[in-house]
Amino acid sequence: MLTRRRFVTASAIAGAGLAAGCAARKNSAWEFLSEKDARTLTAICDQIIPADDFPSASQAGVLTYVDRQLVRHFQRFQKAYIKGLNHANLLSRKRFSLDLAEATPQQKLQIVSAIEQQNPEFFELVRSHTLQGYYGSPRHGGNREGVSWRMLGLSEPPIRGSAQYDLASGSRP
Amino acid sequence: MKRVNAVVIGAGAGGGIVAKELSMAGLSVVLLERGKWYTPYDCRKDDLRNQRTAVLGNAFGPEDHGNPRVWVDPAGAEHIALPSDGIYQNNAACVGGGTFSYGAMAWRYLPQDFRMKSTYGRPEGSSLEDWPIGYDDLEPFYEKAEYEIGISGDYSGTPFHGPRRRPLPMPPLPPNREFEILEPAAKRLGLHPFHIPMARNAVPYNGRGSCMRCRWCVGFACEVDAKNGSQNTVIPTALSTGNCELRTKCMVKEILTDNGGSARGVAYFDADGHLQEQPSDIVVVSACAIESARLLLNSKSRLFPNGMGNRYDQVGRNLQGHHYTGAVGYFDFDTYDDIGPGASIAVTDYNHGTPGLCGGGLLANEFIRLPIQMIDRMPSDTPRWGLGHKRAMRDFYKRNIVVMGPTQQIPAADARVTLDSTVRDKWGLPVARISGNVHPHTFEIGKKQADRAAAWLKETGAVSISRFAGKGVLVSAGQHQAGTCRMGDDPRSSVVNKQCQIHDVDNVFVIDSSVHVTNGGFNPALTIMAIAYYASEALLRNWKGTQFRS
Ligand SMILES: Cc1cc2nc3c(=O)[nH]c(=O)nc-3n(C[C@H](O)[C@H](O)[C@H](O)COP(=O)(O)OP(=O)(O)OC[C@H]3O[C@@H](n4cnc5c(N)ncnc54)[C@H](O)[C@@H]3O)c2cc1C
Ligand code: SF4
Repeated sequence: MLTRRRFVTASAIAGAGLAAGCAARKNSAWEFLSEKDARTLTAICDQIIPADDFPSASQAGVLTYVDRQLVRHFQRFQKAYIKGLNHANLLSRKRFSLDLAEATPQQKLQIVSAIEQQNPEFFELVRSHTLQGYYGSPRHGGNREGVSWRMLGLSEPPIRGSAQYDLASGSRP
Repeated sequence: MKRVNAVVIGAGAGGGIVAKELSMAGLSVVLLERGKWYTPYDCRKDDLRNQRTAVLGNAFGPEDHGNPRVWVDPAGAEHIALPSDGIYQNNAACVGGGTFSYGAMAWRYLPQDFRMKSTYGRPEGSSLEDWPIGYDDLEPFYEKAEYEIGISGDYSGTPFHGPRRRPLPMPPLPPNREFEILEPAAKRLGLHPFHIPMARNAVPYNGRGSCMRCRWCVGFACEVDAKNGSQNTVIPTALSTGNCELRTKCMVKEILTDNGGSARGVAYFDADGHLQEQPSDIVVVSACAIESARLLLNSKSRLFPNGMGNRYDQVGRNLQGHHYTGAVGYFDFDTYDDIGPGASIAVTDYNHGTPGLCGGGLLANEFIRLPIQMIDRMPSDTPRWGLGHKRAMRDFYKRNIVVMGPTQQIPAADARVTLDSTVRDKWGLPVARISGNVHPHTFEIGKKQADRAAAWLKETGAVSISRFAGKGVLVSAGQHQAGTCRMGDDPRSSVVNKQCQIHDVDNVFVIDSSVHVTNGGFNPALTIMAIAYYASEALLRNWKGTQFRS
């Protein structure tokens, strides 16, 4: 059990090192996003999956997931992100004279709902990437240490050969 | 290069079996596969990168780079599709083909599935047809596939199956919780539930151990090698004869023709990208429905200016797969037990015999759902995001059962694969262009199947149920793609004869899902395998020394 968890943590650190090493956009710790993009995206993601007694999207590493893939598998969405994030700030400044990241939770919710209405293509992109990052495999940077799987009541790490055990009589994962 | 008796193109379900049968009979065989040979050692359970939820790409090919297709939507607009996009209609590209990572349900079609036109008549606008062979012709070969590949299961619960001489070689896996919930409910409804036949070791078989029932099965490799595909059964046997050479990462470009109109071998790009020619007496095309059609269409010559086997413009037509529909039931107790593979129980009562409908399909419970697969399968009143969605995931992830099934598609001639005139792959070859749709009656059947799935779930005591009836605007030809080189007696309406031999080229055979006239209301792999044994036997019967004569 421990070995696997340690492995996950170790790979998360390795990933972070890599990200810092090739920061593409000036003065950013991210591979693709600027610091400001990251703050705006955090505001949106955390409305899609807010914190309760389990972490929010950004707390579980969803930004790491999206940022890494924007220079890998999601390269074709780079433009959509830049445009979509700018548009989000525009909406927020128009309505509240604040960047989205500076808005109150209530205001953020209103803006994200407005994005869903006015810019549905971008909203769907971010929604699906957020949910994938949060509920997908920890090795891609989201779902840190399998936190969403544990939230759902899945044994994490999984019990190999679980059919061999009488789980009903003992503690169920 | 040294001439060999046979070149087999594609090391998947069909090609693996053909390579084994021919090399066992003493023919020299070269098996060419565009993908790699993965092993259980390469098994990586990644929810975002596998053959089913390919969010970050396919784990077992093809890779997104350099392998596009073109999809034409119902409005006529063209879209470039990458292998990890749904509209690409991917299966796989590796040794084992789809069978390396499949769910491994191993069905026999029913006798009526081979006689769809005689049973139902041909719906207006469809290309529904009978097969030129029947269930009885295939029965011995179904059995051979069940024993050589290794199938577990138990048909004794249902009268809805064709006659069989022997039971399956392995018992089913012990029931999981979903089986225990669904079985009594089905019986109360007067249905005949039974254990799904599976190409999976329930007990040690064929020198490999049994399934350890993990969470990640369909779409993934098996780390204990308990899932049976061509890569761990017939292909190793073929290689052990000393007569078969497997060349991986080799992409076949075209079948070469001599002046008399026979094939003289193939041209292919080797692992280093160099163009090679492999001369042979026979060519067997087993590249799966979309790529087999593309390869034949790309094999142009003076005698076959529109591609091989395509004299009557039949290659690539009647593309079909399965229209999946069903329902999700939500419960007030835990239905999830973390015991893989998950899919366990089925009914085949609804495959045929509903007045007004041309067929139907099996219904079964779904494989273990990964969390990301449930994101959009929450109860219908669930918010799509925010705390409400997060709570629903927590409330229902372990409390749902999905019942669904592959509705038999009613084929149409204009659902087809052609060559795109501009888009090329990384080898410079014109790519497959997918257009058209199956006959609309398919969607009526699918809707009825979803209602039936919902009724079964209702009987189990589900507190709420939502139906899904798929998209009615898409030919769904991905993993179950079939039909593009139809088997038939008439060269004007089919591509191969009942021995899978191309009508006007004696030494070229198509032996894979392409030859299916109709695709049953079942996952197709066992039928592809049975046909591969059947066609290999016919081929060997007609084989005279180093020359092939029909
Ligand atoms: C995730 C998943 C789950 C599935 N679950 C089931 C199931 O439960 N039950 C079931 O019955 N079926 C299932 N299937 C479908 C099943 O795997 C396919 O029906 C079957 O593999 C098709 O067999 P085939 O011989 O036609 O082609 P394939 O098995 O696809 O083999 C074709 C091979 O040809 C190779 N090839 C293609 N073009 C070329 C070329 N030009 N040169 C060289 N090589 C080439 C490809 O790389 C491929 O390996 C599943 C498939 C997948 C991917
Ligand atoms: S469920 Fe069984 S057959 Fe499937 S991958 Fe896991 S161990 Fe292998």
